[in-house]
Amino acid sequence: MAKPAHPAGEIVLIGLAFVFAALVLAVPIALIFAFAFREGAAVYFANIFERNTLHAIWLTVLTAIVVVPINIAVGAALAWLVTRFRFRGRQLLISAIELPAAMSPIVAGVTYLFLYGAQGLFGPALQTAGIQVMFTPLAIILVSLFVTAPFAARELIPLMSQQGTEDEEAALSLGANGWQMFWLVTLPNIRWALVYGAVLTNARVMGEFGAVSVVSGTIRGQTNTLPLQINLLFNDFNVTGAFAAASTLTLIAVATLLIKSVLESRQHA
Amino acid sequence: MARSKHLLPGFGLTMGVSLFYITLIILLPIAAMLLKIAGMGWEEFWRIISSNRALAAYRITFSSALIATVINGVVGLLFAWVLTRYRFPGRRFLDALIDFPFALPTAVAGLVLVTLFANTGWYGQWLEPNGIKVNYTQAGIIAAMTFTSIPFVVRAVQPVLEEVDEALEAAARTLGATRWQIFTRIIWPTILPAFIGGCVLSFARSLGEFGAVVFIAGNLPGLTEIVSLLIFIRLDEYNYEAAAALAFVLLLVALLTLIATNALAAWQTRYVERAA
Amino acid sequence: MNKLFVPAFAALALAATPVVAQPTDILNASYDIARELFDAENAAYTASGATVTVNQSHAGSSAQARAILEGLQADVVTFNQVTDVERLVEGGFVSDDWQTEFPNNAAPFYSFPSFLVRVGNPKNINDWGDLASEGVQVIFPNPKTSGNGRYTYLAARAWANEEYAGDEAQVEAYLTKLFSNVPVFETGGRAATTAFTERQLGDVLVTFEAETLAVTKLLGDDQYQPVTPSVSFLSEFPVAIVDKVVDARGSRDVAKAYLDFLFTPEGQEVAAQNFHRVQEETVAAAHAETFPEIRLVTVEDEFGGWDQVASEHFADGGLLDKVFINQ
Repeated sequence: MAKPAHPAGEIVLIGLAFVFAALVLAVPIALIFAFAFREGAAVYFANIFERNTLHAIWLTVLTAIVVVPINIAVGAALAWLVTRFRFRGRQLLISAIELPAAMSPIVAGVTYLFLYGAQGLFGPALQTAGIQVMFTPLAIILVSLFVTAPFAARELIPLMSQQGTEDEEAALSLGANGWQMFWLVTLPNIRWALVYGAVLTNARVMGEFGAVSVVSGTIRGQTNTLPLQINLLFNDFNVTGAFAAASTLTLIAVATLLIKSVLESRQHA
Repeated sequence: MARSKHLLPGFGLTMGVSLFYITLIILLPIAAMLLKIAGMGWEEFWRIISSNRALAAYRITFSSALIATVINGVVGLLFAWVLTRYRFPGRRFLDALIDFPFALPTAVAGLVLVTLFANTGWYGQWLEPNGIKVNYTQAGIIAAMTFTSIPFVVRAVQPVLEEVDEALEAAARTLGATRWQIFTRIIWPTILPAFIGGCVLSFARSLGEFGAVVFIAGNLPGLTEIVSLLIFIRLDEYNYEAAAALAFVLLLVALLTLIATNALAAWQTRYVERAA
Repeated sequence: MNKLFVPAFAALALAATPVVAQPTDILNASYDIARELFDAENAAYTASGATVTVNQSHAGSSAQARAILEGLQADVVTFNQVTDVERLVEGGFVSDDWQTEFPNNAAPFYSFPSFLVRVGNPKNINDWGDLASEGVQVIFPNPKTSGNGRYTYLAARAWANEEYAGDEAQVEAYLTKLFSNVPVFETGGRAATTAFTERQLGDVLVTFEAETLAVTKLLGDDQYQPVTPSVSFLSEFPVAIVDKVVDARGSRDVAKAYLDFLFTPEGQEVAAQNFHRVQEETVAAAHAETFPEIRLVTVEDEFGGWDQVASEHFADGGLLDKVFINQ
């Protein structure tokens, strides 16, 4: 490390960083809980256990349970493909999976509306078949898959290209089949990045607002996810209720940070 | 086929899964939107995307995102520097806290910011008497965009800063270079590609930010209405052509951003290889 | 791998099942400011012994019509304007004789555009003419997405027709001035209310009397006061069964029973308690002092019916577009 020639300057910079972090990052966390509990713990729990809020929590969790494993599995497959093989269109594939990260979530929602809405590309055919996609939890799951598609691949691709293929080739030369190689060699090497990708995907799925608000139909107690429920409570003049709902997501966010912090120290260890 | 051509297994399977998924989940919906746009005439398309209200929305969105990116560039550099160069109590905590805006849902961020800056809020009660109004002004949009994209520059610059060749720095110091010279001649050129990359990501994220912004922006057409919100309003008005056309503009910007980041990444790789 | 995927696909299948018929719950797609009203109505309906669960979705009335055309599976609609139900008729979702299915042209309650000002009425706003004054900021929702906003347009036009004795040029000048005094057109009535109350935008909120009275009660008459203009526009809130949906789900009977309830004295009482005016005479009499006297013009008297309003005023390039520069 560089020798601190000017400890005073160093102290000023560290101080600045702490002041900024406190004002911009720590105070908001404090505010959420202060407002959620401002009418007492009884009101807080009454708000959390309100029927529609409870359902919003359940729908949010369900979406995460479906989306996270799918996007982790696909992310791993894609990372394997682009780091272990050289083929034409490889760069294009990487760009395609990155696309959702660069897109406005509203645009993501709009594209799904144009695909599955009654006026959309597949809408009429689906309606004839009696399948309803828009304004159901299925639509929420689909747009969530879309917006979080890049997250796992982003973590895995740099790691796997850095790790190289020697371990896996060794396993194969010792007679392992493909699945054995994957379970016994590849997976242990990438497991922390996988978990990290899962944590990031989960945080985004649970918090997605823009894309979900286009396709949800905001039916109370049916297609409202937690972020939509927060918006709804805010518009119902129930600010305390909105903050109570927000506090659950904040707890998840804080847990995300903790898990991530622990994982990073493991990775470095 | 995989066996014969490639040493490692799984080419066919992973290619199949990846193509299937990317086509179904990502490309197909985008194609549906492009089809919608292809169905409208060029004049109609141009009229929508160049209307006064749309132009104002671009101006507000882009200028806010630019200012938010500049703020995050400076702040991000400070954080990256402090976190990699100094050892102090609470460093791990600070490091973890940086990612909070990524972990926190944007709607919650919007709710928090609008409450903080309300005229009776924790911050607003000090700012408003001094004539600084954040809620429902462009300052609010900038605040929301800044908050939601804080981590990008920090996380881009941090690893590169850790790798800066210390021997080079030490050599420069013994040759009598000042700290400022060391920074501008050695450190800055090394971290520049990563810094720009982080800024581009931060800018892209700010352009598309919706959840946090709608809570705190006044949503006044021509003054505090962002493009994403205008798209949402057009949808509600049942004006699908306009929604699709405006969405296309944002999509185009996203594509350009992506190309820029990829080019930067390639540049950075070359840069590092050349340095090595 | 299988361990990971089986629950995932089970959950996916589970998520896709709600489209299957389940006549123990119905969805009521409603207008934006009716949130509290239908919370109360649905609770009263359950208390009256009904076993069906009524789910609610609220947004601007026209935005809701669009969502239903896009596939939102609403069994019933409780809108605030006939034109939005007519969109569903055009789309083949509602039969064209829907107004005969329930009493009173299928409108269980009514209201009208009225004013809410900040306490003390600092800008001295008393009638429609004051809304077009220099330096007055007016808040009302987007007429393209909200029935509430369209009623405001019609009420202002009705007042102006009388004021300027039908001189269309003067009427248009007045309306243009009124619309240019609006800093933001929110897409729903409730969003307009929060713009006025939470964001402190504007000097006067124009919305249904039901909302102005409810907001005054909820947020305090030390902050806001309702102002009743000299004349306004009768806003009957129509209800309809969405035939296409109830036929697919087999929920016609529960849907009809629910809408019938809104016309019963119990249902009417709940509406009146939530500041919606009702036709039922005993309930109306009991709540008479809540509701000030007002002269209301009707769509037939003033504009020759909803069909004519739709084609003359609200069609693309119609009279509304002349004064509502929304591009």
